Amino acid sequence: MKIMTAVHALLAAASVSLALPGPASAADTIKIGEINSYSGLPSFTEPYRKGWQLAIEQVNAKGGVDGKKLEVISKDDGGKPADAVTAANELVSDDGVALLAGTFFSNVGLAVADFAKQKKVLFVAGEPLTDAITWSKGNRYTFRLRPSNYEQAAMLADEAAKLPAKRWSTIAPNYEYGQSAVAVFKKLLSAKRPDIQWVAEQWPPQGKIDAGAVLEAIDAAKPDAILNVEFGADLVKLVREGNTRGTFQGRSVVSFLTGEPEYLDPLKSETPAGWIVTGYPWYDVKTPEHEAFLKAYQDKYHDYPRLGSVVGYSLMNGIAAILAKAGSTDTDKMIAAAEGVAFDTPFGPVTFRAIDHQSTMGAFTGKTALKDGKGVLVDTVYHKGSDFMPSDAEVKTLRPQN
Amino acid sequence: MQLFVIQLLSGLASAASLFLVASGLSLIFGVTRIVNFAHGAFYMLGAYIAFTLTDRFSGPFGFWGGMVAAAIAVGLIGAAFEMLLLRRIYRAPELFQLLATFGATLVVEDLVLLIWGPDDLLAPRAPGLAGAVMVVGKRFPSYDLFLIVLGPVVLGLLWLILHRTRWGVLVRAATQDRDMVAALGVNQKWLFTGVFALGALLAGLGGALEAPRGAVNHAMDINIIVEIFVVVVIGGLGSIEGAFVASILVSLVNAFGILVLPRISLVLVFLLMAVVLVIRPWGLFGRKEGAARASGAVVVTPWRPLDRNGRLAALALVAVAALLPAVLGPYGLAVATEVAIFVLFAASLHLLASVGGLASFGHAAFLGLGCYGAALAMKALGLSMVPALIAGPLMAVAGAAIIGWFAVKLSGVYFAMLTLAFAQILWSIAFQWVPVTGGDNGLLGIWPSAWVASPARYYWLTLALVTLAVAGLRVVIFSPFGYALRAARDSDLRAEAIGIDRRLVQWRAFMIAGMSAGLAGALFAFLKGSVFPDTMGVSTSIDGLVMVLLGGVETVSGPIIGAVFYKTLSIWLVNHTDYSKLVLGLVIIALVLVFPAGVAGSFRWPGARAKARSRAPA
Repeated sequence: MKIMTAVHALLAAASVSLALPGPASAADTIKIGEINSYSGLPSFTEPYRKGWQLAIEQVNAKGGVDGKKLEVISKDDGGKPADAVTAANELVSDDGVALLAGTFFSNVGLAVADFAKQKKVLFVAGEPLTDAITWSKGNRYTFRLRPSNYEQAAMLADEAAKLPAKRWSTIAPNYEYGQSAVAVFKKLLSAKRPDIQWVAEQWPPQGKIDAGAVLEAIDAAKPDAILNVEFGADLVKLVREGNTRGTFQGRSVVSFLTGEPEYLDPLKSETPAGWIVTGYPWYDVKTPEHEAFLKAYQDKYHDYPRLGSVVGYSLMNGIAAILAKAGSTDTDKMIAAAEGVAFDTPFGPVTFRAIDHQSTMGAFTGKTALKDGKGVLVDTVYHKGSDFMPSDAEVKTLRPQN
Repeated sequence: MQLFVIQLLSGLASAASLFLVASGLSLIFGVTRIVNFAHGAFYMLGAYIAFTLTDRFSGPFGFWGGMVAAAIAVGLIGAAFEMLLLRRIYRAPELFQLLATFGATLVVEDLVLLIWGPDDLLAPRAPGLAGAVMVVGKRFPSYDLFLIVLGPVVLGLLWLILHRTRWGVLVRAATQDRDMVAALGVNQKWLFTGVFALGALLAGLGGALEAPRGAVNHAMDINIIVEIFVVVVIGGLGSIEGAFVASILVSLVNAFGILVLPRISLVLVFLLMAVVLVIRPWGLFGRKEGAARASGAVVVTPWRPLDRNGRLAALALVAVAALLPAVLGPYGLAVATEVAIFVLFAASLHLLASVGGLASFGHAAFLGLGCYGAALAMKALGLSMVPALIAGPLMAVAGAAIIGWFAVKLSGVYFAMLTLAFAQILWSIAFQWVPVTGGDNGLLGIWPSAWVASPARYYWLTLALVTLAVAGLRVVIFSPFGYALRAARDSDLRAEAIGIDRRLVQWRAFMIAGMSAGLAGALFAFLKGSVFPDTMGVSTSIDGLVMVLLGGVETVSGPIIGAVFYKTLSIWLVNHTDYSKLVLGLVIIALVLVFPAGVAGSFRWPGARAKARSRAPA
């Protein structure tokens, strides 16, 4: 084992030293280091991987960036922040990647972001939703693609404010994502609607929801509306139990992420009707950008894209655009290029904001419905992410300014 | 009143599925004394097989037939697992079988992914029980009512089997004293196989019954395994009635607890277990384990401190390790640093588990306290790296003093579970106390000072501290204190007779082990630059045990070899295959079969000669 690691390290050291003498002698590839929770969260990461592979294939088919092919070296973090740091270390030290990308869980994203800051490497986060990664723990080396928790909460709060409901209750997984989703939603909705009351909250541990007991505890408070932040297997359990018990009847439900195929599709015939959700109606986005993406994806994989596919695809497109604009793999030049870079995504052109390194990519809201035994989104609207941000002055107070 | 009745029923329905799985675990433990980590995997397999069958064969017959067939299939898998694997290693040291079941769990996790794919699956609802009935004016799922009835029915059936059949009599006899049963000429092999199959069948049935009301997903095993251990321990190991009462207790306290404290579920079962174990050390229905007749013969060769040549060899090894920066790059050094840190972690657990005979399932708590101690010293107190490296172990030793004081009152699996409970309580504090610990988003920016910022220097610092600490642990092992610790492990009564205060000795050992793990944790924090609650999670504790067991419980140097081997292998595998769990699991199973005394211990296995020698002078 040790010998192999040593040989491996020596080879890597040799290749790095070959690559060092300057851009002229660098091989004709640019290496991108990618980290995600492949073994920990396959239902998201498999479509995600397909997405970025498609993007890389397309970029390279067009001749790459400045005549150089892009090469992605992908690592599994198993869902653990400490292992993600190990992987990041290997990518930067041994594989000599130009920048880091990826991650799903917020804490993994934050760990890699802090590593990037320490080692002065560019990190483009794909999925992590936590506001901290661009705001309270933001740093100049880290950018983030997906619309943040705050943006999604703001989109949903806009819709929720139109409802007549006055008594609200919340169900969210008991960790940072659930807590901050609820906190932001509450704050924004209460600001728009001072007349509403928050009558009950439930915080089941992630993966271990006791759905019946949770729903009855909510029901006992007689709310008019429910905010749900559960996803995955917990969501399925909650929905099944709620359908049987009739907890959702006569109540508005606003729900984070539920319209994403990753979480909506497993619900199948149990899909509740009329929930207001964020999501991705891949069957219903008729823009040219999306149709081209959809066709390419389906031709290559004979499967429909999930939101993860869009994230992976857009992430690598964004990185290609940064590299093209920077014309270099120097970190400072790439950061300068990334701020304000324009790139295409299946959701249309977006950019990374200079002020907080958040992309302007948006999300869809819509209502859930049951069609042919499957869940779909109807009445979908695309919201630009940047329209749901606080004012620039406020963002400056949220983010360390140095 | 309405809410009370409904919460009561909801709690009872949850209790029923918990009971099915837990009763199987309790049976298996009671008879075979195996801590069966694969029980969660059996549960998950039951759900997946039930999904496939009920999805394909619709209608009432297809559905209920599918449920039963899934349970039977898992029972057969359990029997095969016992016959092919566990049967070969019953003579290995206590807890060693845990390694095999852990390996099997890893294998099953990846197999499920390969066979059924990554997506969550929705099994059909039960025909005839798909809807709800009105109870006290509210809709209550009829399937839940069915579960509420099923729980006591299964309990009754198990009672009949255990009390009215010859096989059941033997099972109960073996639960009380399996050596005596063996001495009376009962074929233990088939008894064990039968019990294991029945236990697996119950787990499979529990999983199958869960399928129609949730999502079948590949985290089911992890999400239930710890909870059912807790239920079994609260009820009393080996007691079916205890498992029944405990599952009701856990579910009801949860159902009503969340009405008052919505965030309680995260930590509730562990609080409950800690309280029960502190008041009733052997669980509600459990009995003090019989004298350790079966495990008493475990240690076969007396340990000796390193002689002159041994010391030279150890020095040479450290020198070689110190030269690694000449050949390794920054990443290789980071891995080497991590390996060194886990060597210390494993060595500290070894002091407890092997030398003290106190296998802790919560040792990661002290690794975590070390991490947080160092991180908070830096973040909250503004200290620099060196004082932070001292603060880590200090915080760990403080925690160990408190936890150890309660824990050393127990022994065996109860000790293991109480340490697990405390570790989980600490974990949930780190997880929930966001203003101080940052919650699950952790504490960031814990990087080493400039003078050791380069990977090579940090590696040397780690290597130096780890070498000193491991050497210190060895000195402890061979000091009079170490002998007293081993005496207390081997014979409580005789140790007491010669004036050894067992609890005091073990309490001190607990603190030494905690402090060493805390040092490892502080070093780990600075290596990674950040601290997260998952460092003190169950899986880190299990990793530590796996390292100690792989190295060999009966050796002094085992944990070092085990840690180097396991850590390097798992990092390498994650890097080189998408199915690292499958390969790692198979490697562990293969090692268990080839080296039933651990990798290091096997240089002396089989120990027949050694046993005779060590017995003679006693």
